[in-house]
Amino acid sequence: MTAISPTDQAAARATSIVAAEAQAKARLRKRHALVIGLRLAILVVFLGLWELCADYNIIDPFFFSSPSGIWEQIWSWVTEGTSQGPLWLQIYVTLEETFLGFAIGAVGGIVAGIILGRNKLLADVFSIYIKIANSVPRVVLGSVFIIALGLGMASKVALAVVMVFFVVFANAFQGVREADRAMIANAQILGASPMQITTSVIIPSAMSWILASLHVSFGFALVGAVVGEFLGAKQGMGLLISTAQGAFNANGVFAAMIILAVMALVVEFLITRFENYVVKWRPAPFNEQGT
Amino acid sequence: MQSQTMAAEKLSPAAPPTDAAIAIDDVTLRFVTPDGHMMTAIRDFTMTVARGEFACVVGPTGCGKSTTLNLVTGLLRPTTGNVRVMGNPVTDISRDIGFVFQADALFPWRSVIDNVAAGPLFRGTPKAQAYDKARDWIGRVGLSRFEKHYPHQLSGGMRKRVALAQTFINQPKILLMDEPFSALDMQTRTAMQDELLGLWSGLKSSVVFVTHDLEEAVALADKVYVLTAGPGTVKSVYRIDLPRPRVMADIRYDPKFIEIAKVIWNDLREEVQLGQSRGLQTGH
Repeated sequence: MTAISPTDQAAARATSIVAAEAQAKARLRKRHALVIGLRLAILVVFLGLWELCADYNIIDPFFFSSPSGIWEQIWSWVTEGTSQGPLWLQIYVTLEETFLGFAIGAVGGIVAGIILGRNKLLADVFSIYIKIANSVPRVVLGSVFIIALGLGMASKVALAVVMVFFVVFANAFQGVREADRAMIANAQILGASPMQITTSVIIPSAMSWILASLHVSFGFALVGAVVGEFLGAKQGMGLLISTAQGAFNANGVFAAMIILAVMALVVEFLITRFENYVVKWRPAPFNEQGT
Repeated sequence: MQSQTMAAEKLSPAAPPTDAAIAIDDVTLRFVTPDGHMMTAIRDFTMTVARGEFACVVGPTGCGKSTTLNLVTGLLRPTTGNVRVMGNPVTDISRDIGFVFQADALFPWRSVIDNVAAGPLFRGTPKAQAYDKARDWIGRVGLSRFEKHYPHQLSGGMRKRVALAQTFINQPKILLMDEPFSALDMQTRTAMQDELLGLWSGLKSSVVFVTHDLEEAVALADKVYVLTAGPGTVKSVYRIDLPRPRVMADIRYDPKFIEIAKVIWNDLREEVQLGQSRGLQTGH
């Protein structure tokens, strides 16, 4: 018979805890690998099926293209340039229009949202006009802008602005309205002027709403720019698509689409980074582990 | 009826003297609800708080306890009667006033030190000076290690400490508190009550502390106002002659404290029952 001293027990417990932790970590790693593996598998199966169906003419590659055809198209654009000039120039033009429209629309939306959110009378007066303007299908305005502003950059930027403005405005307005009453009263009693209340209570508390709208509205800005180019342009990804469409070049349409998607993903990533930086005071959501 | 005892002297709500810190004189407040009905929040309400006095207001829910605080800040204007703070009629939010809210009113996007420095910064104190002051007050509430934390990283009690520091840094002559500790658990609440009395004794502000907890009121106050069920008016006023400094954990077992609490509870009970039966009728 041997007596087990408490220190032995403690040591044994410590090692078992270490072992359990290591096991839990290994399980997490395994799951992470499984998720990534399944994602890749789905991509491979999807592209593989598409390619096979196209090869065996189950779907007509003339209409629905094929992964290899799309890749060849992108490669030839990269190496030889497109019919309207080098590919990077098309991307640059579209991005420039998108960013300009996004910036102007977002700033305008934020400013208008804060002003109307803070002033009940203005909000009551203008709400009806904003509703009317918002109900116009905005893409149709593209034609108006092309007629008024010509085939250059201005008409695309204008369309992107209109696409972005209402989304950001609605969110900024809502964010201002949802600002906590107790928090505003607290600032007031601590000695804040109306201007200080706007800058140090209203704007920060509307910030989560505004940032949420920036995610969506960047996509809208891109749509605005591309549709604008579609309707009439001399440069840009939208024109590339419309040219490919005119030539029944399905590869070209899909290739341009993929390039646009990559552009949107990259910018989305940058906006998320910016958001995390701006609202670092927020508690981390539960689902943020191991994506 | 034992309305008069040694420790809890019942006072008559007399007309306020002119040198009081807060003087609410015969105030009635009515307002029109959004659906067009006239509501009377409080009627014929008279209350005086002398300089350096700690007054508690107790009453059934919905009797207009918080309304009295908003009359003092100037966020609400009386329909009839008048309100004076430090001898002057209330026109705007006075710089002498500090307010601790029931809800969490800290700015979640500001760290502890930025929250505490907010008051002086709003009032135009130079930055370095404001932060020195903030550091000092954070130390006084025992949170020096948490200066850089954000509110969501703190416990409820710690957030209340920040709120106290945020209010006290302006050194208010008038301190208004709207059920500030009602959301805290028992132990934390006791600790916060001690904290409050400690800070208050250093500053000697005049306090109006609204609570639904009679024991809290008796333990903290020099004077307790009992309100009637809505529309609220003062039912009775008691002077609490328990010696200071008081220790919250011990005072509730003091026989004198129990006796006072019993007397006031007898007075408050019928109002609470009235308030509740009305609440059941109207569905509030």
